[in-house]
Amino acid sequence: MHSVSVQNLSLKFGAAEVLKNLNLDVEEGEFIVLLGPSGCGKSTLLNCLAGLLELSEGQIHIKGKNVTWAEPSERGIGMVFQSYALYPQMTVRGNLSFGLKIAKLPKEEIEKRVQRASEILQIGPLLDRKPGALSGGQRQRVAIGRALVRDVDVFLFDEPLSNLDAKLRSELRVELKRLHNRLKNTMIYVTHDQIEALTLADRIAIMRGGIIQQLDAPQTIYNRPSNLFVAGFIGSPAMNFIKGTTVGGGKAFKFGDVTLNLVGYEGGAIMDRPKAIIGLRPEHLAIVDEAVPGLTIPAVVEIDEPMGADSLVWLEAEGKQISVRVPVEHRPVAGTKVHLKVDIAKSSLFDETSELRI
Amino acid sequence: MMLIVLGVFVCGTIWTVLFSFTNIKILPIFTPKEWIDGFVGLANYRRLFNTDRWMSCPAITHIGMADWRFTCTGALPNMVTYAVLSIAIAVSLGFLLAVLMDQKIRAEGVFRTIYLYPFALSFVVTGHVWAWIMSPEYGLQASMRQLGWDSFSFGWIADRKMVMYAIVIAGIWQGTGFVMALMLAGLRGIDEDIWKASKVDGIPAWRTYIQIVIPMMKPVLVTIFVIVTSGAVRIYDLVVAITDGGPGISSDVPSRYIYQNFSANLGQSLSASTVMLVAMAIVLIPWIRMEFGKKSQA
Ligand SMILES: Nc1ncnc2c1ncn2[C@@H]1O[C@H](COP(=O)(O)OP(=O)(O)OP(=O)(O)O)[C@@H](O)[C@H]1O
Ligand SMILES: [Mg+2]
Repeated sequence: MHSVSVQNLSLKFGAAEVLKNLNLDVEEGEFIVLLGPSGCGKSTLLNCLAGLLELSEGQIHIKGKNVTWAEPSERGIGMVFQSYALYPQMTVRGNLSFGLKIAKLPKEEIEKRVQRASEILQIGPLLDRKPGALSGGQRQRVAIGRALVRDVDVFLFDEPLSNLDAKLRSELRVELKRLHNRLKNTMIYVTHDQIEALTLADRIAIMRGGIIQQLDAPQTIYNRPSNLFVAGFIGSPAMNFIKGTTVGGGKAFKFGDVTLNLVGYEGGAIMDRPKAIIGLRPEHLAIVDEAVPGLTIPAVVEIDEPMGADSLVWLEAEGKQISVRVPVEHRPVAGTKVHLKVDIAKSSLFDETSELRI
Repeated sequence: MMLIVLGVFVCGTIWTVLFSFTNIKILPIFTPKEWIDGFVGLANYRRLFNTDRWMSCPAITHIGMADWRFTCTGALPNMVTYAVLSIAIAVSLGFLLAVLMDQKIRAEGVFRTIYLYPFALSFVVTGHVWAWIMSPEYGLQASMRQLGWDSFSFGWIADRKMVMYAIVIAGIWQGTGFVMALMLAGLRGIDEDIWKASKVDGIPAWRTYIQIVIPMMKPVLVTIFVIVTSGAVRIYDLVVAITDGGPGISSDVPSRYIYQNFSANLGQSLSASTVMLVAMAIVLIPWIRMEFGKKSQA
């Protein structure tokens, strides 16, 4: 039994189809991150799961129960919003307990749950304050607490950390991970921050235009993106793409005067393709002095961007810009002629026409 | 420029208050000597409150809230009746309309224009239209009887006891759309996520309105209250257009009283003005407190 199961979900706003025949199965206790560019339908999907939007087509099951038409409060979900959405005139305690009071839970039970949530989230000292007197991080903890006291199977997060500054964001990110380890609930988490996605997720669903492009573990998404969009979207700095052809029955990739040996590539049948693209991550390229036939690309250093421990070096090869990540102490001097060593096992090949990974 | 306006405003107000304590008869007098010579203390106020046209409470010993209106007559009680009723009804009706409108109904723009339309009319126009509608000879009563409902009777406008309620109806008709527009703006200003959170929490919509949304709208509500109340306190043109204070003087209001006494009885007029000033100040206090409270918190 899946914790959450979405079947053939479609959603239209008027004529615009925002979610298109979408399927998603989430395992019990899994942390799923929905990642994608702005406007791709992440929030819309989350709101559908929460019951805040009516589907045009399809079904949603939570814990085996068909909740397609159930009220949000009857779905066994708790939700946390980017804007916190706390009730400003109530104290933290009021915020946590209001829903439970409406549900007519016994007083002792409410008290017990509020205590537990405030202990887990360390908001005990704040219980009698109003949201206006809290910092952003504290507010978001309270918002998480409000989902926590509901004692639900599934947590839904819509960009919960986006309103926080960078330092708080990384702190709360770790805390969320700890929370997930402790509670072992199913969590579905929307973000457009790939660091959050890569660090938190058991599996990431990359979305674009209302369609899930790839649903896989972070490492798989990173190392073996299933199409050009995913490859370009994940990874910062972005992957280098070089257009060329595959030759010799799929044994080599050729662009300009450069030929790369494809032996050792992990993927499907390469064959000879007149239009192919090779994707090389800046961190999987190395700058070397000597050319090795079939393994290196000759290049000229243009500029570099030091980023603390690493430096992003931009080079020109065959009229193309290629970026390489090197330790900051190995920065080459601009204008130097060097060679870029390719790690074929970690590279990705795409068919330019279908945009799919080979 | 700001200073000049403020100066004229403050001086005029102080002058009014100061000379309400004198036996002033003609305008203009400005000197301290004239003030000291004519000083009569609270005499104007005593006379004012002994004037039946201003306020008369024959059964003052057994004032109960319920029959207060029927016990006291005169311009001031009329104004209070008008203010209390029109504010209570216009605000609750305006809120209900705004809530209905907030359900994302189709053709919202059309409805909003219709509701707001009365507010765009002058009170004089509204007054004359309502005077005509409520007139027993030409208006609603006559039409209904012509349609065959012979026993239909609606003669509030000619009834000393009911005439203020007739004016209240016209005032509500005029003011509700405005209240609704402000309320709607307030409702739209509520973060949509608040609504989502309350739905996930299983809070019924009406409780969300009462316990979460209305408290969040406090600034809008105070503003509405101040605007509507100050409008009611200085009501003038509506009464003049509908009844001109009649029948008799049974729908007289303070502004009209002040205006009519201005030449004959200046001192009393000034003291009545001061009473209105105090009434207005009481209305403005919550607003002022809110504005200043905000600053001291920040
Ligand atoms: N109520 C609505 N009516 C019409 N269109 C809508 C509505 N809500 C969202 N959309 C459209 O649906 C698409 C998906 O919106 P959604 O909010 O799900 O995007 P998102 O992936 O969450 O983006 P973001 O990262 O900016 O939050 C967008 O193109 C948006 O314009
Ligand atoms: Mg969103």
